[in-house]
Amino acid sequence: METAPVPTTTDDEDVEAFRLRARQWLKATMPPLPDGADNRQLSWADESGQRDRRLQRLLFDGGFAGICFPTEYGGLGLSRAHQRAFTQESFPYEMPTLFNVPTLSILAPTLLDFGTEEQKKRHIPAILRGDELWVQFLSEPSGGSDLAGLVTQATRDGDVFILNGSKIWSSGAFRSDYAMCLARTDPHVPKHQGLTMFLLKIHQPGIEVQRITMVNGIAEFCQEFFDDVALPAEDVIGEVNDGWTVASRLLFHERDAVGGGSPYVSGVAVGQASDGGLRSDLVDLARATGRTDDPQVRQLVAEARVNDRVQGQLIERVSLGIRTGALPTPAGALPRLFAATNGERHTDIGLEIAGSGAGAWVDGDEAGLWGELFLMRQANSLGGGSNEMQRNIISERVLGMPREYAADRDRPFDEVRHNRTPQKPG
Amino acid sequence: MHFGLSDDQQLFRDTTAKFLEDTCPLDEVRRLGADEPDGFSRAWWRRGAELGWVSMLVSEEHGGGCISGQGLADLVLVAEEMGRRVSPGPLIPTNVVAAALSRLGSPDRGKELAGLVAGETVATWCADPSALGIGAPGGPLRAVAHGDGYVLDGVSGPVEAAGQADLVLVTAVSDGGPVQVALPADAPGVTTVPAQSLDLVRRFAVLRFDGTEVAGESVLGEPASTAADIERQLQDAVVLQCAEMAGALDRVLEFTIEYAQDRFSFGRPLASYQALKHRFADMKLWVEASHASTTAAARAVDTGSDHAAELISVAKSYIGAHAPTILGECVQLHGGIGVTWDHDLHLYSRRVIQDQTQFGTPRDHRERVAVAAGL
Repeated sequence: METAPVPTTTDDEDVEAFRLRARQWLKATMPPLPDGADNRQLSWADESGQRDRRLQRLLFDGGFAGICFPTEYGGLGLSRAHQRAFTQESFPYEMPTLFNVPTLSILAPTLLDFGTEEQKKRHIPAILRGDELWVQFLSEPSGGSDLAGLVTQATRDGDVFILNGSKIWSSGAFRSDYAMCLARTDPHVPKHQGLTMFLLKIHQPGIEVQRITMVNGIAEFCQEFFDDVALPAEDVIGEVNDGWTVASRLLFHERDAVGGGSPYVSGVAVGQASDGGLRSDLVDLARATGRTDDPQVRQLVAEARVNDRVQGQLIERVSLGIRTGALPTPAGALPRLFAATNGERHTDIGLEIAGSGAGAWVDGDEAGLWGELFLMRQANSLGGGSNEMQRNIISERVLGMPREYAADRDRPFDEVRHNRTPQKPG
Repeated sequence: MHFGLSDDQQLFRDTTAKFLEDTCPLDEVRRLGADEPDGFSRAWWRRGAELGWVSMLVSEEHGGGCISGQGLADLVLVAEEMGRRVSPGPLIPTNVVAAALSRLGSPDRGKELAGLVAGETVATWCADPSALGIGAPGGPLRAVAHGDGYVLDGVSGPVEAAGQADLVLVTAVSDGGPVQVALPADAPGVTTVPAQSLDLVRRFAVLRFDGTEVAGESVLGEPASTAADIERQLQDAVVLQCAEMAGALDRVLEFTIEYAQDRFSFGRPLASYQALKHRFADMKLWVEASHASTTAAARAVDTGSDHAAELISVAKSYIGAHAPTILGECVQLHGGIGVTWDHDLHLYSRRVIQDQTQFGTPRDHRERVAVAAGL
């Protein structure tokens, strides 16, 4: 099952006319982005998410929300080219980019793929209107990469399922409304066959959300604890015990979103340089440290720019390859791995150019950022599937190499060793 | 491998691929390298020219014509197939010169162009390094005004097909800036000195100009736009190199994967070891990215994008930086057999490393990108 394909080709004049209309509307409606600010900072500065909900509502009321979403669920049903044009025009303005990942680019498309008509009608328009922020409840404290080995249980009891366990690494769950939650509904079959995906209202009795502070002081990620939460059977997404199919599709959308190939994002959270999404931070750093004439620094800045350029080109190639069937869908792991390794290299280059200023700096020094940035160097190589998992996917499912040995393959989950359900602290 | 090609482009690519497959398998490449002084057969080149190998960058009024309206993107398909088979023939210099003649030549260049397009003649290009703006070897190549033309003096670096070319495009430096002239390779005052070449079938030679007189009718282009003309020639050459490197690396990775699937150690295929699988995954990523940057560079040049100068250097420096790693890894994954003469890997390493080092090294091209970044 797949999302209805987003049109890829379209009349150029049509896009240009749309662009002009969008430009005028944005200018008349959306607040200009303050100098030096980016949308992510502004989102995070507003703990409640009200800023982004309000902005999303403006888009919806103006007829510019959900550009690539089907019209029957409140979208515009237009092409990627239209969305791209709108995003380019949106650079100077505040945009509700909090909605982009995972709500619009991962969870809404998954709901389109597997939701019942009733679920779709109830939630997709609400999302596009800015009324619902969604998160994914997938990872658990008991394990990251082995997603299908999760231990959170949803036990059937008449018309409801009773949820117990814990989820982690959900982004912004504290300010969100709904989650897609993957839980074990049958422990007596091999792990992939006993999972079910649920549509879950986050703020209700029996669910506790705790925030996790990362090394850079940001507390976006959360951990949730479930204590006998009753889930109505009509909130199952897809089929009972077929949650892995839904989760796989969700992860496909996630790769698309994180790799930059999703047609469902609108606007850019950070680094919306006018020049094709290129980052200028290293050029600024070279200038600030007075090293623009150092041949080694010039080489390093150029290397980073080459990587950024190629990242965009690779996204375009892989998206085209998957759409035309020339590449299998797991090839979405390629841009994902590129973005992560490029991010690591970008940080290293910044650290090298920053020099001693990365370790000790005076307030306002450009170099001072880079030591702090290094602390989060691995974040994008872990979140949304580690680089190691991406390399497994590429080698096994793109190149066709033998799969890794797994002790739990084809064995009932309750006969295999696994980590325990974590207990709520305190 | 290109995605989203038109039917005509696919037919064009497949015809060239089949022709190369039928007429020039790797055994034939080895034979040509050993036995054929020119490294390729003229009759064979004419047959290739009939398939359109020298037509894509030449205007229709000069007897050329491309498939899709984007000539370089079309020619990239040929270069990539040639890279996959380390094919012989002066594809890059002949096309660069033919394109320049078509763009800049007066109508009486029609006969020379017809010869190139038909594959009857081939051409080479040598340039003074300072006029090219990258760290090319050789030079200086000086042009001193004389009558309505110039007198040339100087020595080029080793250039491809200089010993085989019928026509030479010379980019020299005069007191008034760079100048370009096209003259017969056997003109008085032009001598060639054979050089060594890493590639088995691509011959290189140094061109020497000793008071070589060229008439005004041999001059290409206008002084004010010559620097831009040279840049465009460099762009054509670099994009074709990138396509060739990407094609060659793609093929090397392909047969190395096959080898890893078939080869057993400790009772299991090499391709089942995670430590090796992850290295293959990285290589797949770099090869796909190489194709992506080549496609983007060709499109930028074809459409006259403001970013063309940067994007050819993005492609060259990206592919050039990863090529040695990929080749080295593939030799390593083959084991000792990969370092033998009989194994085909070195044919590819020769071609790719040669491409990587000519018309600017990755380092040279990164400097161009630094300028584009505003440094």
